[in-house]
Amino acid sequence: MTHMIEVTELHKTFTLHTQGGTSIPVFDQLSLAVAPGECVALYGPSGAGKSTLLRSIYANYRPQSGAILIRHGDRTVDILAAAPREVLDIRRHTMGYVSQFLRVIPRIPAVDVVADPLIQTGVASEVAKERAVALLERLRIPASLHQLAPATFSGGEQQRVNIARCFVVDYPILLLDEPTASLDARNRETVIELIGEAKARGAALVGIFHDDEVREAVADRLFEVETYQAAA
Amino acid sequence: MTTALMRVRNLDKRFDTIHACRNVSFELHQGEVLGVVGESGSGKTTLLRCLSGEMLPSAGTVEYDVRMRGLTDIAALSEPERRLLRRTDWGIVHQNPRDGLRMNISAGGNVGERLMAVGARHYGEIRGEAVDWLERVELDQDRIDDAPSTFSGGMQQRLQIARNLVSKPRLVFMDEPTGGLDVSVQARLLDLLRGLVRDLHIAAIVVTHDLAVVRLLADRLMVMRRGEVVESGLTDQVLDDPQHAYTQLLVSSVLQP
Repeated sequence: MTHMIEVTELHKTFTLHTQGGTSIPVFDQLSLAVAPGECVALYGPSGAGKSTLLRSIYANYRPQSGAILIRHGDRTVDILAAAPREVLDIRRHTMGYVSQFLRVIPRIPAVDVVADPLIQTGVASEVAKERAVALLERLRIPASLHQLAPATFSGGEQQRVNIARCFVVDYPILLLDEPTASLDARNRETVIELIGEAKARGAALVGIFHDDEVREAVADRLFEVETYQAAA
Repeated sequence: MTTALMRVRNLDKRFDTIHACRNVSFELHQGEVLGVVGESGSGKTTLLRCLSGEMLPSAGTVEYDVRMRGLTDIAALSEPERRLLRRTDWGIVHQNPRDGLRMNISAGGNVGERLMAVGARHYGEIRGEAVDWLERVELDQDRIDDAPSTFSGGMQQRLQIARNLVSKPRLVFMDEPTGGLDVSVQARLLDLLRGLVRDLHIAAIVVTHDLAVVRLLADRLMVMRRGEVVESGLTDQVLDDPQHAYTQLLVSSVLQP
C-alpha cells in the first residue's frame, strides 16, 4: 500500500436505543485514500459526518462495515478489526488526533500534558519536556503557565495546548478536527506552519477546517463527505 | 503477540437463586488497565472476587500467568498458593481502606508488612522503602509511625495503595478505588494511580460505577448488566460511541458539571 490511510466502503449509522431506536445514517460506501505528504480537507455542511469520519479513522467511533487500513510501521492494519492493544499502539506511534476540546486531566501541568505522548513513544522525559516547552513557546503560551494545569486556561490557550500535545510527536498520520477554531490570527499562522512542516516530512493529514484561509493554505484537495450520504 | 497475564473463559457464578456472573470471557495483558462498569448489582464486584481468588467460580476458568509456571487455573492452586499470589504478585485495593489496611499497626508497618511477605528482612531497608512509598503517594513521612486510624479517608486510601504497590505486583484489583472520597481528593488519587500504574507497567482491573474514573484510568472497558458483559472495547469507543442500549443509557445518564 502506497497510501498512509485507505478507507474503503465505510458505513456508519448511529442507533439511539434510548430514543425509541431512532436510526441516524451518516455515510455509506465511503472510500478515501491519503498519500504521504498530502493534506485532505473534509468539506461540507455541519452534520454531514466530517467529525464522524475523522473519529472513525482514529477508531474512536465504530462503523458498521467497511475497512480502514492504516500503515503502521512496515505493516498495514485494518483499524476496525484490530485488537484494542493494537489500536492503542497505532495511536501511540502512528496516528495523532487534535480534537476540538482538550480533555483536561486534573492537576497535571501543561508542560507534562504536552510531553506525555512523546514520553509514551519511549523518548526520555527531559528531552520530551524540552520539546514540549519549545512548542508551547512557539504557540505563545507564556512560560508562567507551563507549570499550571490547563483546567483554568482560556479556550484558545487550551486549544493550543491540545495542538502542542499532538504535534510534539512526529506522527506519520495526523487527524485534525478544527484545530484553529478558537485561535487568533498569529496563532492560526503558527498552526499553518506546523501543518506545512508535517507535510514536508511526509505525514498524511486529514482535517476539518472551517476557516477558509486556513483550509486554502494547507489543503491539497477537498473531500466532500456529503457525497456518500446514506439513505435514511 | 505475548501471552496473556490473565485469561478468563466462560466464567459463571451462581448463588442459590442469583446468577451473578454469566459467561464472562476476556484476556488481560501486562500493563493493561481494564475497567468494569455497571450499576450496583450488575455482578462486577462478584466478578472481581472470582478473579482475585477470593471466591471460586461455579463454572469456567480464571487462568493467571504464575511465575515459573505460566498460565495456571487459579482454582487448581492450593489456598496457601493463592494467598501467596495475593500477598506478592497481586495487589487488592478495597473500596473501604479499613478492609485493606491493618488499622492498629503503623503506616510504615502496613507498607513494610507486604515487603516482608516477599522476603525483605533488613529493617533499615524496609523502613527506607516505606518512607519512599509514603512520599510517592504524597503522605507526609512524619506520619510513618502513626496508625492509619488517625488518617483521613483520602490518606488511608493512599496508604492502601502504597501497601499494595510496594511489592511491585504485576496485577492490581481495585474495587471503587475513589468511592466515598471528596471530589478534590478523588482527582488527586486518580492522578496518582494513573501515574503509578503507567510508570510501573502494572496491569489493573478497576471496578467502578464512575465513568469519569474509567475514562482517566482504563485502556479498555467492559460494561456489565445483570451478570453479563453487554459491551466491551477501548474505553473511548465504548463511552463515545456506545452500541448497546444499556451502555447508551449509562453514558447519557451522567451529569456534566
